[in-house]
Amino acid sequence: MHRPVSTYVTFSCHHRIGAALRGGGVQRTLLCLALALVFGGAARASTDGFESMLGELAGKSFRRKSEAIQAIADSGHPAAPRILRALLESRAFFAPESERLLLDVADSGEGVVVDAITGEATRVAFESGRRKIVLNNAMRRLLRSLVARAGLASRDPRERRQAIKELMGRDDPEIQALLREALEIEQARDVRSLLETAIAIGALREDDADAGSDAEARLRAIEALSGSLHNESRIALDGLLTRLESRQSKSSEEEAQIGAIREAIDAIDRRKVGFEILETLFFGVSLGFVLVLAAIGLAITFGVMGVINMAHGEMIMLGAYSTWSVQQLMPHHLESSVLVAIPVAFLVSALVGVAIERGVVRFLYGRPLETLLATFGISLFLQQSVRTIFSPLNRAVASPSWMSGQWVLNDAFALNYNRLWIIVFSALVFAALIGVLHRTRLGLQIRAVAQNRAMARAMGVRGARIDAITFGLGSGIAGLAGVALSQLTNVGPNLGQAHIVDSFMVVVFGGVGNLWGTLVAGLTLGVTNKLLEPFAGAVLAKILVLVFIILFIQRRPRGLFPQQGRSAEA
Amino acid sequence: MKKRRLETMLAAILCSIAISAAAAAEEPIKVGVLHSLSGTMAISETTLKDTVLMMVEQQNAKGGLLGRKLEAVVVDPASDWPLFAEKARQLLEKDRVAVVFGCWTSVSRKSVLPVFEELDGLLFYPVQYEGEESSKNVFYTGAAPNQQAIPAVEYLMDEIGVERWVLAGTDYVYPRTTNKILEAFLKSKGVKEADIMINYTPFGHSDWQSIVSDIKKFGSAGKKTAVVSTINGDANVPFYKELGNQGVSAEDIPVVAFSVGEEELSGIDTKPLVGHLAAWNYFQSVDAPVNAAFIEKWHAFIGSPKRVTNDPMEATYIGFNMWVEAVKAAGTTDPSAVQKAIIGVEVPNLSGGRSTMLANHHITKPVLIGEIQEDGQFATVWETDGLVPGDAWSDYLPESKVIEADWTSKLDCGNYNTRTKKCSGQNY
Repeated sequence: MHRPVSTYVTFSCHHRIGAALRGGGVQRTLLCLALALVFGGAARASTDGFESMLGELAGKSFRRKSEAIQAIADSGHPAAPRILRALLESRAFFAPESERLLLDVADSGEGVVVDAITGEATRVAFESGRRKIVLNNAMRRLLRSLVARAGLASRDPRERRQAIKELMGRDDPEIQALLREALEIEQARDVRSLLETAIAIGALREDDADAGSDAEARLRAIEALSGSLHNESRIALDGLLTRLESRQSKSSEEEAQIGAIREAIDAIDRRKVGFEILETLFFGVSLGFVLVLAAIGLAITFGVMGVINMAHGEMIMLGAYSTWSVQQLMPHHLESSVLVAIPVAFLVSALVGVAIERGVVRFLYGRPLETLLATFGISLFLQQSVRTIFSPLNRAVASPSWMSGQWVLNDAFALNYNRLWIIVFSALVFAALIGVLHRTRLGLQIRAVAQNRAMARAMGVRGARIDAITFGLGSGIAGLAGVALSQLTNVGPNLGQAHIVDSFMVVVFGGVGNLWGTLVAGLTLGVTNKLLEPFAGAVLAKILVLVFIILFIQRRPRGLFPQQGRSAEA
Repeated sequence: MKKRRLETMLAAILCSIAISAAAAAEEPIKVGVLHSLSGTMAISETTLKDTVLMMVEQQNAKGGLLGRKLEAVVVDPASDWPLFAEKARQLLEKDRVAVVFGCWTSVSRKSVLPVFEELDGLLFYPVQYEGEESSKNVFYTGAAPNQQAIPAVEYLMDEIGVERWVLAGTDYVYPRTTNKILEAFLKSKGVKEADIMINYTPFGHSDWQSIVSDIKKFGSAGKKTAVVSTINGDANVPFYKELGNQGVSAEDIPVVAFSVGEEELSGIDTKPLVGHLAAWNYFQSVDAPVNAAFIEKWHAFIGSPKRVTNDPMEATYIGFNMWVEAVKAAGTTDPSAVQKAIIGVEVPNLSGGRSTMLANHHITKPVLIGEIQEDGQFATVWETDGLVPGDAWSDYLPESKVIEADWTSKLDCGNYNTRTKKCSGQNY
């Protein structure tokens, strides 16, 4: 399907003229007009025809809707870019009674709805039974490329970069022509280099007959892609290499090209290996911090107090449910609800923790087996209560936008924002906990009771009160873990069970009663797991880690950092 | 003397039988419900329990069955596989139910199978499964692999032009068997070993970073790539979240899932999932009057207009109606009579067609492919022309190709080997 370039050009031109009048990008506007002239005038459809195209969008057949989208793009109607963008971002509605297409133009919250053709706010917006236009993947792909073509002429360099990335590696001579034109007027250096890469990729993908005449240019293109981290570069190089190698007889120029391609691919792979190692390490560290966060609450209740708390996982679950509840209570403040949830989750879990300690655990000190069974009972009780109160279905916790997506450093290396924030959060919680235990009076008392209960009481520490606070602190931190986990996984009644075994593993491996041990153990297990996963698969990696811990505990029963001194014997 | 005592005893027994038979005319017909209401699987199975209760209520409103009322006996096997067998025995022996609707996971079905065969009960199993089974006592109203997995892969191959395949699943029997069938199918279509990536993860896997990153790398070889996911319920949320965060969109690498339905989506933030696919035999969004009526009844019964319907609910609906029709045809609830009467029974399904119970105890169904929309519903993008008959033994596995199931008097066997002409050789 060959579309005249003019159609894409014209609808980007409407933007450009406006921009030029505001005193920017005169050159780009001229390009637009020139292109439009070169490729012939735009065939502008009558308004009636345009409306019937929009009507098509409300239909059921995806094939006809795709055709309508293409027709809208080809029409060169001034409203076309706005409509295509709204469709892509699923902000387009159809009002069946007045047969109008509506666009939701507000960014969030209370929507401002405009008529698609006039772009003015309309009363039709409140008509009942308006339906969202349903798209499928093929239509989305088409829309993305159409919007990207328009984006090449955008004033915002970020949008231009986005558009180039979208168009990179598409087998379409018009797109190549558009990219070359764009390069001529591009000022920004990073956009220029991206454009050059895209054009080089296009050069490699061209038919050999066309390119054969200009072996020199092709060699330059290959060299331009050497070490390029874009996926498309590697694909284009690979494709050309296979094509050249399959030839029966090769000219000396072609031999030279094959050599150059091999070098270029090697350079790409060398650069990529480094980033892959970094990526794996990041995955490991982020998993490690999740483990640490889930385990440090347990490190306090189990490590410091010696209580085997099987309900620890359910404290995490309560924290996650608190996050969900907070989000339900403040539906219009999605961005900040997670932050509000942090203290709420801490308090909820801490209070339930104190209640468990006062109600059950305190009668069972010194009887680990009974504590284990009693807390296991509590964990089942809490799970089933959550099932009854919130239903057994999982609850959807939305992620705020600052926790979604990736921080893209380059095409081979990007860090997930949610993981980054959880690492930061986890480290802060850990630091705060260490601070409380070592820098405050309460911390001193907690440590005193943990080391020698009788002596501490003789010194005037109220043992029972400290026990309750310590248990509450451990549970509260588990609640904080729940806030973090709600951003990563399901919020459901089974959330806790999934993490209790891992948490015990980390605490035992790190050495009971030692918070630094928990940190080191969590990170070690996380990184080991992620290093093993690519070779062994997720299932085997988990088994290997467990076997490793069992062997380790055989050699060093007290973990990585055992407690020293007399308190260790208690 | 001794003889007379025997006689009186016999008389007494006969008497009591007569009395109980007379009482039975008024006694309700008991319908067993064997779905987990607590534990891991409660998330999915509770809904099916409610569906059966709704069907029972509706049947009673219509005047019951054979002039008797229906009474549901609900037990909770608590997502505990051995407990499934115990509860099944309790339903059949103690409560003397006429039929059981139940089970979700394959392992729970395998666990109750010997009980149903020993006590000759009836089990209607409403969930899509891996096939390779056909029991005299079980009726499979969910999809067999040829009614879900194979058509989905054909759709991706023919309509989307997918050339590279990631088969990702949770590590248990359903994904392993399904992926084995799919791998054989793909290879039969000329897909190379290097273009298939198989990955298994533990139950409830929550850290998908490296796997998604691997999928991304696998998918960046310049060929259209798709993920065929048999990942089990709970692990899906972090999987899709990770896909969204790493910027894998449905246009680049679509994921087609066999265990993600409306119910599962209601617990997920669906924004990053838009455009990913699912293959089922029913979607709530199906535009059919019978479906609209069912949804309305469901909302009234459950008391919330927000609750969704899904494919296993439709399978339960079909199974229940088939059983009712078979009992009417047989004039009794006696299991062996119902087993004979039900083959060939045809009832409406919720997508506007009619499903038939086949001789291999599977049913005919349409196959729909839907794309996830922002509201957690599916938009149907493709469907089979007609109904697809369920195949108990996959034709793509060499060992099961020769096996046939036919419970009519022709074979009366669930695993007839056409090569050796013997009714054995396979354990179901």
